[in-house]
Order: sequence, then C-alpha cells, then structure tokens
Amino acid sequence: MSLPGSNVGNLRNVRTSLSLLGLLYASVLLAGLLAPYDPTEQNRDMPFAPPSRLHFAEPRGTFRLRPFVYRVVSKPGSFGEYAEERGTTYPMRFLVRGAPYRIAGILSCTRHLFGFDEPAKVFLFGSDEYGRDVFSRLLYGGQISLVAGLLAASLALGLGTILGGLAGFYGGWADEICMRVAELFLALPWLYLLLAVRATLPLHIDPVQAFLFLVVVIGMVGWARPARLIRGIVLSGKLREHVLAARAFGASDSYLLRRHVLPQAAGVVFAQLAVLIPQYILAEVTLSFFGLGVGEPVPSWGNMLAAAQRYDVLTSYWWMFLPGIALSPVFLLYYTLANALHQQTARLTS
Amino acid sequence: MRYLCWRMVHGLLVLVGVSVLSFVFAALAPGDFLSEMKLDPRISPATVAALRDRYGLDLPLPLKYAQWLRSVRRGELGFSFAYNSPVATLLWPRARNTLLLTVTATTLAWLIAVPLGAWSASHPGRWGDRLCAGVTTALLVVPELVLGLGLLLVAVRTGYFPVGGMMSARFADLGPWGKLKDLALHLFLPASALILLNLPILVRHVRASLIEVLAAPFIQAARARGVPHRRLLFRDALRAAANPLISLVGLSIAALLSGSLVVEALMSWPGIGPLLLGAIAARDLHVLVGTVLCSTLFLLVGNLLADALLYLADPRLRVDQA
Repeated sequence: MSLPGSNVGNLRNVRTSLSLLGLLYASVLLAGLLAPYDPTEQNRDMPFAPPSRLHFAEPRGTFRLRPFVYRVVSKPGSFGEYAEERGTTYPMRFLVRGAPYRIAGILSCTRHLFGFDEPAKVFLFGSDEYGRDVFSRLLYGGQISLVAGLLAASLALGLGTILGGLAGFYGGWADEICMRVAELFLALPWLYLLLAVRATLPLHIDPVQAFLFLVVVIGMVGWARPARLIRGIVLSGKLREHVLAARAFGASDSYLLRRHVLPQAAGVVFAQLAVLIPQYILAEVTLSFFGLGVGEPVPSWGNMLAAAQRYDVLTSYWWMFLPGIALSPVFLLYYTLANALHQQTARLTS
Repeated sequence: MRYLCWRMVHGLLVLVGVSVLSFVFAALAPGDFLSEMKLDPRISPATVAALRDRYGLDLPLPLKYAQWLRSVRRGELGFSFAYNSPVATLLWPRARNTLLLTVTATTLAWLIAVPLGAWSASHPGRWGDRLCAGVTTALLVVPELVLGLGLLLVAVRTGYFPVGGMMSARFADLGPWGKLKDLALHLFLPASALILLNLPILVRHVRASLIEVLAAPFIQAARARGVPHRRLLFRDALRAAANPLISLVGLSIAALLSGSLVVEALMSWPGIGPLLLGAIAARDLHVLVGTVLCSTLFLLVGNLLADALLYLADPRLRVDQA
C-alpha cells in the first residue's frame, strides 16, 4: 500500500479502474454470448421467479464439479411461489446453441456461453413480471445505459472542446456569445433542462431512436461546463512561450490549436470524461425510469428499475432492485478514476 | 448595491432567455394537448377547431410567445389544459412545497455536515475520519433513484412513516400541533433522501477547507497561546473556512433541485417535479414552461442569496466594492 495520493498509487488506481471498466464494457457488449436467454423472451408461467439455485451436490450426497439445477415450477394455486422438482437434474452445458443474437449489431451468432436443457429455466438473478430473465436483461440493459453515458459524455466533451477552444483562442464576440449561451444552459437545473428538451419528442418512440436521441440530447445539454473549463485553459495556454514561439515561426491558427494549445487541455478533458460519464449514465437511467427514455420491451437499467415502483415488487422481490444496485460499482470505478486523473493532472501542472 | 441591481437585471435576462428556450423546445414537439382529442370520435372536429382557435394553438411561434407574455403580465403564467386552470394557481402551491422540502433538507444537511466535517478534520487519519470517508464515498456512489426506493422500502417495511403525499386525509381535522406533526412525518422520507444525497459532498468540502485552515500559521499561533481546541475549531477556523463553503451553497443548488425532482416524483411529494413530468406526458405547454422557469428562478435566487451571504461574511469583498 503506497501513500494515498502518491504518484504510484495514482497510476495504479487509474490502471485498476480502467481495466475493470474495460471488463464491464466488454461483458455488456458481449451480452448475447454471456446471457443465456433473449432479453425479451417471456415465460408467462413464471413471473417473479426467485434467483435459481445452482447445485453441486446431489440429494444422495455425491458431489459434482459441473453445477446443475432442478426444474422450478410454480406451486399450484399460488402466485409467485415456486418449488424445485427434485426428480431430474439438468447439468450446466457450455457453448450451447440458443436464441440468435448479434454482437455489436454485426456479427450474427447463436452460441451462448452456458445454458441448460429444456424444460429447465435458469434465472440467475430471478425473473420479472413477464418471466423474463433479469440476468440477461441486466447485461443487455447495460448495453443501453452504460454505452449511452459513454457516448453522451464524449459528445458533450467534443462539443465543449471545440466551442470552448475556439472561444478561448479567438476571443471577441464569438467568445462573448458562446459564454453567454453557456451561462444560460448552466442557469437551468440540469434535470429540468433535460426534461424540457425531452419534451420535444413524441412520448413513444422506438428504442433505437430513443437511444440515439438520448445520447444527442444529454450531450447537447452538457456541453456548457466543459466548454467553460477548456476555454479557461486555452485562454492561458495560448500565451505560453512555446505557443508564441510557434506563432512567430509562422504556424497557422489551426495548427497552433491542434498541436500546441488543445493538447494542454488533454488532462482536464480525460478527468472531465470520468466525471461526466457516470452523471450521464444516471441521466439515461432516470429518464428511462420515468418512461421518457428507452422503452419496453428493450431493457435499460432505468426501465427495469421502474418496476420496483410497484408496491408488491418493492416489498417482495428484492432482485428487481439489481439494475439500481449495479450502478453503484460502476459509479465507484468512475469516481476512483476521476479522482486519480484529477490528482495526476494537478501534479503535472503544478 | 449597484452590483446587486446588476445581478437582478442579469437574472431577469436569464429568465427571459430560458422562457424563450423552453418555448422553442416545446414548440418543436409534435402534437399538443388537443391533438389527442382529434382522435376521439365523440368530439366533433368543429369543437376541436373552435378550441384550437380559442387557445391560439395554431398561431405562429412568436405570436404564441406574445400571447403567453400577456398572460404573464396578468399574473397567470399561461393556461393549463390538463388542469383547466391558469398555471400560476397550479404552480405556486407546488413551488412552496418544493421550497419547503429543499430548504428543510439543505438546512439539516448543513447542520449535520459542519460538525461531522469539523470533527473529521480535527482527527485526520484516525479511525473515525476513515469511517466518515468510507461512508461518504459509499453514499456518493448510490444514485438518488436507488436511495429513494431503498428509503421507501424501509418505510413500507417498518410502517413508521407514511409513504407518499404531503399530508394525511384527516389533515384538516387536526389541531395546529397535530398538523405540524403530520407534515413532519410526511416530510421525513423525502427530506432524508435529499439529506443523504447532499451530505457526502458537504462533509467532504467542510473537511477539506477546515484542514487547509487548520494548517495556517494563525491557527498554529492561537494554539500555541493555549486557545482551547473546540473554540479554535468552531470560532476561528470555521470562520476562516466559511468562504468556499458559502460558495458551495450556491453551487449545490442546481444539484439539489435535480435531486429533488427525482425524490419528489418517487415519493409523490406534490412539488414542481411531478408537475413537470405530468406536463410532459400531457403535452401541457404552459405548465412545462412554468415549471422550468420556476426551477430557474429558484436557482437564480439561491445563487443571489449565497452571494449576498458571501458579501456579508467576507469583509474583503465589501472593501473592494467601496
């Protein structure tokens, strides 16, 4: 354990959180492979089935290395109560054929990492009101929620960098207008602004549209803060001596911006990215939660969590909280990353 | 004083800008409140057309805006189709409720954060400080949706607190003391959600700025002369650390309002948050503009108050102005 805030500790924090985040994103992008079922596949006879138990020991006591399950059926005459049929065992099989899916929308495939023979169903994280597998939906939902945050933050920072960079570099009336508009955007509480912009679209839009729209809206609403930050850096950065020297050698404006001025802001940009992504993930989740984002049947962590508003779900089926609980580790990773990057930038510039 | 006037004018300009902005956004939306009516076979097209004409729904955007401005001058802030009433009568009680919730939550959060942060700052690195840091980090990474749902779950399970709403059905029959108690019970859940949301940020800032001040030479000198620790901490250090903290009050309002929207909607607190969500669903243009404006107004006034507080707290600012 090195000293908190020391260089080594910082770099290690950056590396650890980055690699864990990479793993997370890889697993949601490979959702089709990792998830045993299609996220929209319904089992109407199994609503709110509790998480399945993987067994290793048979009733007679023999231990098996390969986990197996029993078929779970609802008790006759009851709702939401299930029992295992202890007759036949269904061993876990690897790389089985199942529902077709596409990886990243291109590569079409039918193999799943694991699966069980029909009629056994395995809900690692339980099932929802239509008997859909929460585990599969969580993975697919991550594709929407996590990726939307990432794209929206990149868009906001891209816009912010361009506008803030130009405003700071050229100054004058462009700068004035840019900063006044930024002030207007910052004067609005952010969620209210987001909802106001969301109101421009019809209530029910198809999921792909909704996803793209969310990314664009969140990105467009968020450009103001990074733009102000970048403008500040460019404002002082363009007067640094190596920049002045390059200008004296006859470098063009665009070359100066690209090669000498904007790179000075790189540290801040990356730190901002780590700050903004979790915010925007949460924005997508919140909008979808209120039914204004990505809608059913496509899963997003927000619209999955919306089910937990129901009284009976809230009190009886804890696994329906999982999409919300899953946010915390993601936020923690980004938070660690942002902290470490921030300290690293502070160290380098001081 | 001139600065204050300038700030007010600026604030007014921002409000006008925001109203134009939200009008444009809302006008881009396809359909309006009456477009659903067109599909209803029981309502004749002539009625719909008459209604559209009466409320000026087919006017071009600048005229619509002018119409709205006139109604603002009358103090109505436009007309709500969904509630069939002027927006102002709808908005003010809601705004008051949001204010009640956010102000209570902020005050309590500061009252908890200052001693906690001060204690943490005066024992840096000890187990208590570490525990505090751990808890604040944990709270920081829990999103408000989950926090709100979690608190609801607790309320439902224990049954100590009413779930949702602002007052009981028998509120009107209660005495003044009973009314206060009932309101406090209803306020408890949403307020604690907001407090838990804000606490980590506040505690961290209090701790960081106090640690900085405690290392300053004048504190060392005072300590060497035997000023008791507690007096040093709360009288001298806190006063010196007040500046960035007061700025934080202004900065945290935006986050507070956004958090409040979610909490209000989750716990059905009748504030402006649920009103906005309803207005989006119903395509109720003027209510939408009204709520967005109202939230902006809160933010501006909050920032102004924070600046005024800063002006009072920091003699250097006063000297510069004079």
